[in-house]
Amino acid sequence: MTSATLNPAVAAPPRPARRSLRRIYRLEAWYELVKVLRMPAFAIPTIAFPVMFYLLFGVSFGRSFPAGPVTMATYLLGTYGAFGVIGAALFGFGVGVAVERGQGWTLLKRASPMPAGAYFAAKLAMATVFGSAVVASLFLLGRFAAGVELPSATWAALGGVLIAGALPFCAFGLALGYLAGPNSAPAVVNLIYLPMGFLSGLWIPINVLPGPMKTIALGLPAYHYAQLALKTFGADLGQPAWIHLTYLAVFTALSLAVARWAYRRDEGRTYG
Amino acid sequence: MTTSSRFPAPPAAELRAVTKRYGEVVALDRVDLALEPGEVTALLGPNGAGKTTCVKLLLGLTRPDAGRAEVFGGDPDGTAQRVRVGAMMQISKVPETLKVREHLELFASYYPRPLPRAEAIAAAGLEGLEGRPFGKLSGGQKQRLMFALAMVGDPDLLFLDEPTVGLDVEARRGFWEQVRRRVEQEGRTVLLTSHYLEEADALADRVVVIHRGQVVADGSPAEIKSRAAARRIRCTTRLDAGEVAGLPGVSRARRDRRSLEIVAASAETVVRELLARDPGLTDLEVTGAGLEEAFLDLTRDHDDHPAAAAEKGAA
Repeated sequence: MTSATLNPAVAAPPRPARRSLRRIYRLEAWYELVKVLRMPAFAIPTIAFPVMFYLLFGVSFGRSFPAGPVTMATYLLGTYGAFGVIGAALFGFGVGVAVERGQGWTLLKRASPMPAGAYFAAKLAMATVFGSAVVASLFLLGRFAAGVELPSATWAALGGVLIAGALPFCAFGLALGYLAGPNSAPAVVNLIYLPMGFLSGLWIPINVLPGPMKTIALGLPAYHYAQLALKTFGADLGQPAWIHLTYLAVFTALSLAVARWAYRRDEGRTYG
Repeated sequence: MTTSSRFPAPPAAELRAVTKRYGEVVALDRVDLALEPGEVTALLGPNGAGKTTCVKLLLGLTRPDAGRAEVFGGDPDGTAQRVRVGAMMQISKVPETLKVREHLELFASYYPRPLPRAEAIAAAGLEGLEGRPFGKLSGGQKQRLMFALAMVGDPDLLFLDEPTVGLDVEARRGFWEQVRRRVEQEGRTVLLTSHYLEEADALADRVVVIHRGQVVADGSPAEIKSRAAARRIRCTTRLDAGEVAGLPGVSRARRDRRSLEIVAASAETVVRELLARDPGLTDLEVTGAGLEEAFLDLTRDHDDHPAAAAEKGAA
């Protein structure tokens, strides 16, 4: 190896250069982000919807209505944060994968020597960045417009839980992205995202929902995610954290298994 | 040089007795195809013949149900193989908001020894368009970016799957010029798929015709062209098919109910001879066999008379 570098005239290896995996992952993630930032139809609603909801319900009504031990403004910071992170993951990851499958872009990527992980890592990074942007916007509004006051350790814990929640929903988005057709993917994602958000208590506090709906919520991943976020300031329903964590871990594993199966299934098709 | 002829270089890529099914449909039926290093091979055939399936197998995007696909002596989906391969595929879009320069930078990063960006841009004739997003390129420019993406890794083996579909005549000629310049000077191995004989003729050293998942002809572009330039003659005559098949210039004759169907290199001499032998000949009809027709013809021979097909190969 070193002799080649010391005496290039003798060895003259035809392919001395090596590609850098780190550079591939970095560029893939960077261009994923650049690509999406230039698509206003994705970038704006992903951040604007949760912010708008929070302005409407959190900032305007927030101070007057209590939600359990905290103000509504504080409570909705947790649930709209969850709502925003889920949206970035499902739309960025799920719809993104479905659309690029339809275009044939993923086929060209798969034929290239790109490590398969780079594509998914880039999408995960992008969804995390967007999720973080939603969370940061809500925190600023909460603190300065709605007067939410929390100890700094609580702010940090809430932010951490919310952003970490991108992971299970990116896995779910990946499965949807490989199951759904490129044209139907946005509709499929909306049909899951919006009802799931409502039934999990992301829009209206869960204890306000009627009994049967509360039972449904127990089966939904968004419920468990939101409970973990609310737990950081003691506004959850009081179930132990390990229940939520176990549910989300199983949900993530199942989503990845389905995604893997659907990815394989794609190989026999014209696109994919 | 003498050693290379005694021990011929192994093929750059190869399908060995490959069968591929999609559900009930047999896309490829025991296909053998070897790409010789430094040679441009065109895989020619009508839509649905199995061309893209061959490319997908050699790119490791799908696996054969029987037989083996190999690239540089290994599995097509190995990284060691893939860094030596570039591909232009039939895909509609790459992300539209990324610029030409950005697409090339990203793809170049996948390869150990990519072309300098300026060279990739020049190879595809994209000078001056580096800063344009993919979505704002014309159809021809989009195809050229796809070509640049295939070339940017400086591959030893290049797949061009229907590279000029959807291009007008002028853009198509321009594209051929780009490919020829890059490929001929540098001794790359290329597999081109097309349903235009003209395209195969412009670019390829060798043409393999595939139809309904089977290889039906394999030869130089000139050979395949003369084959496709054949005429089809039909007439009602008392002459015997065997007798007509023996006439000079006739490659095949067979009776089809009452009429006789003849495929010949040149219609005039054959018609003259037919009329001389049977003055009562009627319903004379001469048509160009055309490429598609020539393919069907070859397939029919293949199915019905393997011996006749072999004979034709000799002629």
